[in-house]
Amino acid sequence: MQWRNVTVFLAGKCLRMATLLTALCLLSFFLLRLSPIDPVQAYVGADMLQVGPEQRARIAEYWGLDKPPVEQFLHWASAVVRGDFGTSMIFRRPVLSVIGERFGASLFLMGAAWLLSGLVGFTLGVIAGMRRDTWVDRMIKWYCCTLASTPTFWLGLLVLTVFAVWLGWFPVGMGVPAGLLAHEVTLGDRLHHLVLPVLTLSVLGVANVALHTREKLIDVLASDYVLFARARGEAGMTLFWRHGFRNVVLPALTLQFASFSELFGGAVLAEQVFSYPGLGQTIVEAGLRGDVPLLLGVVLFSALFVFSGNLIADLLYRIVDPRIREGAGV
Amino acid sequence: MPVLEVNDLSVAFAQYESGLRRKELTVISGLNVSVGSGEILAVVGSSGSGKSLLAHAILGILPGNARLAGTIRYRGETLTPARQAELRGAELALVPQAVTFLDPLMRVGRQVRLAARGSDPTAAQRAVFARYNLPPAVEKLYPFELSGGMARRVLVSTAVVSGAQVVIADEPTPGLDEAALRETLGFFREMADAGRAVMLITHDIEAALRVADRIAVFYAGTTIEVARAEDFADTGESLRHPYSQALWRALPRNGFIPLAGFQPANCNLVAGCSFQPRCPRAATECAKAEPPPRVLRGGMVRCHYAS
Repeated sequence: MQWRNVTVFLAGKCLRMATLLTALCLLSFFLLRLSPIDPVQAYVGADMLQVGPEQRARIAEYWGLDKPPVEQFLHWASAVVRGDFGTSMIFRRPVLSVIGERFGASLFLMGAAWLLSGLVGFTLGVIAGMRRDTWVDRMIKWYCCTLASTPTFWLGLLVLTVFAVWLGWFPVGMGVPAGLLAHEVTLGDRLHHLVLPVLTLSVLGVANVALHTREKLIDVLASDYVLFARARGEAGMTLFWRHGFRNVVLPALTLQFASFSELFGGAVLAEQVFSYPGLGQTIVEAGLRGDVPLLLGVVLFSALFVFSGNLIADLLYRIVDPRIREGAGV
Repeated sequence: MPVLEVNDLSVAFAQYESGLRRKELTVISGLNVSVGSGEILAVVGSSGSGKSLLAHAILGILPGNARLAGTIRYRGETLTPARQAELRGAELALVPQAVTFLDPLMRVGRQVRLAARGSDPTAAQRAVFARYNLPPAVEKLYPFELSGGMARRVLVSTAVVSGAQVVIADEPTPGLDEAALRETLGFFREMADAGRAVMLITHDIEAALRVADRIAVFYAGTTIEVARAEDFADTGESLRHPYSQALWRALPRNGFIPLAGFQPANCNLVAGCSFQPRCPRAATECAKAEPPPRVLRGGMVRCHYAS
């Protein structure tokens, strides 16, 4: 019974993902067709003046741009299904290898920010909830509400001004020091360049999870079972560890996994501000310079990324919460 | 000497209405009850009249905006909030009403073991589960997996393993069928017979009469009468207060005679005796002065005209 439930659940999720990706492919492909981007111009770039109309037509024909849109889409889609995302025009390399490399850098950035904001946010939320209506709670609430309305790029610029320009503690941008060969770059160099973008992203990510945890903890503390625990003589941290923590950490974890989309959105802006060579910066470049294959690839990939975050959140609930785990058949 | 003694207890809540105007809402006022060891005292009153707050006040777990006055004594010692915190779960135990009082994410066996104060919580929990005919597998279940009957027995178990001498049961028999009711009441009789003091807070006067030694009748935030269970007999002639008599006569087997009107929700809404607007014997004096509690025929009553 248990395994059947899990199989049905996973099959349902896979179906949902397939339909989502199909819809996304259709939508983004035709949106790009409608956009003012001319793939030929994007490909040729500055040499456009030296390319005559005849030559342009030949390039268009070579790429199949003279064919009807539906045929073009089917051609591209069938290649994607086979795992061929085409070649990036900017990097002149297969899209998948570009995404792989950039995503590795982003993963570092997003992962560190995700962990940090989750831990700090949860802790702040718990402190605020346990000390409700005291000055600590007010400070945390004020901090979170301020952050929740702060744009990422603005905070990024601020951090950059203070720590990189005024104090000079950290480099102004990029993923590695300029002028070094790839094999000369140390892990320390990479981490050094990572600090400010991670700081920006995680400081912002704190607000959501902290406020949510605070609210949830206040609910839990007002519940019948906490009242009964207090009647049995439990108090303070013992009570929190026994009855508060588990009941609060589950929703917080779910929220944190479900926030992959915001994380990715934040990374796009932060990477742009810090010129950090991650996936976020890549999508901006691909968009601005009309690199259609790369843009489509990143769009699909980021959808997959956000989808897996939500999937993990769902799965986690099933694994950790006994009411869903053992009551699934009810 | 009673084990637990409550004297002149009042509970009020600070409320803020329309802006910053502070208003005090008194839910319990001038309440007196006491329970001795080996005894079951039932506190009977209609639903939503603030009876649960009496239990919370004794345990010291009222919400932060509650204000408390009066004295609560345990074995002659006046309880302070700090002392209440020490005694909760050790000497004073609560048996709550429903399964929602168990932590939804913790196995029930562990929850019972956490309540145990002896040297071997596991043995204590297993012994009490066996005593209450709960199969050993139940300790591995989560609250949502319990049947209503199991949940009730688990809740009672938490009080038993704690070894507390005062057990306060808050509405432990809601909507039970005859067999379940008899079983649950039996648990409390057994605890009292083992020398514990049991306070049974309920709206079900018939259930209370089957097991209690004394009945305290709760009306508009205070006890208007404390009677022996035997006083509830025949047409209620032995009862001291007109409300207790009306309550008794409203039971199906005693004529099913309803009492017009409704109970005031706030203690200070009615001038004088809080029952006077509904009282068949009300006189001008009743609207002027609140009757003080007085001893009458081995019980207590708050009525100017009771004899």
